[in-house]
Amino acid sequence: MSAISTVCKRELRSYFATPVAYVFIVIFLVLSSAFTFYLGNFYERGQADLLPFFSFLPWLYLILVPAVSMRLWSEERKSGTIELLLTLPITMWQAVMGKFLAAWLFIGIALALTFPLWITVNYLGDPDNGVIFASYLGAWLMAGAFLAIGSCISAATRNQVVAFILTVVVCFLLVMAGFPLVLDAFRSWAPQVLVDAIASLSFLTHFSSISKGVIDLRDLLYFVLMTGFWLYASAIVIDLKKAD
Amino acid sequence: MIETQALGKRYGDLVAVDGITFKVEPGQVLGFLGPNGAGKSTTMKMIAGFLAPTSGSAKVCGFDVETQPIEAKRVVGYLPEGAPSYGEMSVRQFLGFIAEVRNIAARDRGKRFDDVVGRLNLEGVLEQPIETLSKGFKRRVGLAQAILHDPKVLILDEPTDGLDPNQKHEVRTLINAMARDKTIIVSTHVLEEVHAVCSRAIIIAKGRVLADATPAELEARSRYHQAVSLTATDTKAAREALARVADVAAIEVDAQDGRITAFPKPGKQIFVAVNQVLQERNIVVRELALEGGRLDEVFRTITQGRAQEAQA
Repeated sequence: MSAISTVCKRELRSYFATPVAYVFIVIFLVLSSAFTFYLGNFYERGQADLLPFFSFLPWLYLILVPAVSMRLWSEERKSGTIELLLTLPITMWQAVMGKFLAAWLFIGIALALTFPLWITVNYLGDPDNGVIFASYLGAWLMAGAFLAIGSCISAATRNQVVAFILTVVVCFLLVMAGFPLVLDAFRSWAPQVLVDAIASLSFLTHFSSISKGVIDLRDLLYFVLMTGFWLYASAIVIDLKKAD
Repeated sequence: MIETQALGKRYGDLVAVDGITFKVEPGQVLGFLGPNGAGKSTTMKMIAGFLAPTSGSAKVCGFDVETQPIEAKRVVGYLPEGAPSYGEMSVRQFLGFIAEVRNIAARDRGKRFDDVVGRLNLEGVLEQPIETLSKGFKRRVGLAQAILHDPKVLILDEPTDGLDPNQKHEVRTLINAMARDKTIIVSTHVLEEVHAVCSRAIIIAKGRVLADATPAELEARSRYHQAVSLTATDTKAAREALARVADVAAIEVDAQDGRITAFPKPGKQIFVAVNQVLQERNIVVRELALEGGRLDEVFRTITQGRAQEAQA
């Protein structure tokens, strides 16, 4: 456990040692507010909730989370520090978890810094803060799933640009899995069971109920399992690719 | 103690390490020699626990690197090739991170830190980001990281590569100072290093051990072992004089600087006889030396000779 937190601390500190963290946080805050107020019609809706903010979040994640995850492992491989890290007395799982947690905490910090929105909505009206809290939790869980996918793809290449683009594509397909854009590609030939299975993998479907304040254990479990699966895959990919 | 048993690594059809067996005891510094791509680094990576062997086994202080990886990694200090480290961290932060991961007890941490920083002369750069340091300092930070927990076993992959002569000397002095109670493996392709630090040398090529001996024993295999070389004002007269010595098997003259080398017949000493004959004939000698043997020549003979055999 302590090895995980040591790796995590080092990683998190390295975000703030470079401009990466500040650039990310500023862009995240600017874009999330722009989406909320302009595209989401925060004022015009006349409702005291943060639905406009949360409903655009998956799209914001789609671009920004891969920017965080792309360096997770590809940088370690490129600079050779992976050899240092994996010859320290820690397990592969501790290394994967430590680095993932750092990235996840970092997104959590960015998410927490949107608190002025929460203050605004409480100032203007009387929102259901339980719903808002649940939505934040869901949003953070979803970020974890995005990051885990990015972690795995980042482990497969030492080129950060490739890692970024592939992660965006994979995440986009998963976000859109419940929509005709993706499903039509399968409908013509795949059995209905498979189409339904793919549809049920959609980030958007699982997140939309959370963002409305409906906490279904199945939705939470979906994101947790998704994260666990991709992190497990990360460990396997690192093991396979570390030699080259 | 390090012990490998038919240690092997293959990538698909490519055999990188082909059944290497050796044993290193505490107090020994083993030099790993070989041409580039011989399998030196791969062998070290397997012992350090970075790569999994595809055959055979390696044990460090009795811990098998595959079945007890954490215990094995705990007793090993490892400097990977190129001394990678986290560039954005300061030297102090980086060593602090290593101390924490390696679980060095809080009360020893300050002492170990001071000891390592002192040994490697890092006082002046403690607060600097590692990426801003010169190559020599980066290498020293890598070494500091490897010895911070006072490991019983040290594995150093080309520790002096890319350093200037002064820095090389410092690193060799450091290795010698630590050699007494530790088991150390050093890979290098700088042959002078073998003399400076190693008590034993293994030459590997194409993933196989071709020689395993002390540096002196290796030198004794050289054609130049016990040969006498000299430069004289009158090269021709000197050459004729040398030809009179009974035990001289062959004489070679360097076309460029006129240096004459006389090779003895196997098992014979010719230095005294050569000296005598030169004095008798009043030949003025500018330089006269008894050769111990040339490692580079032995290295070439062993690595290339075997390669040619394999091709034939």
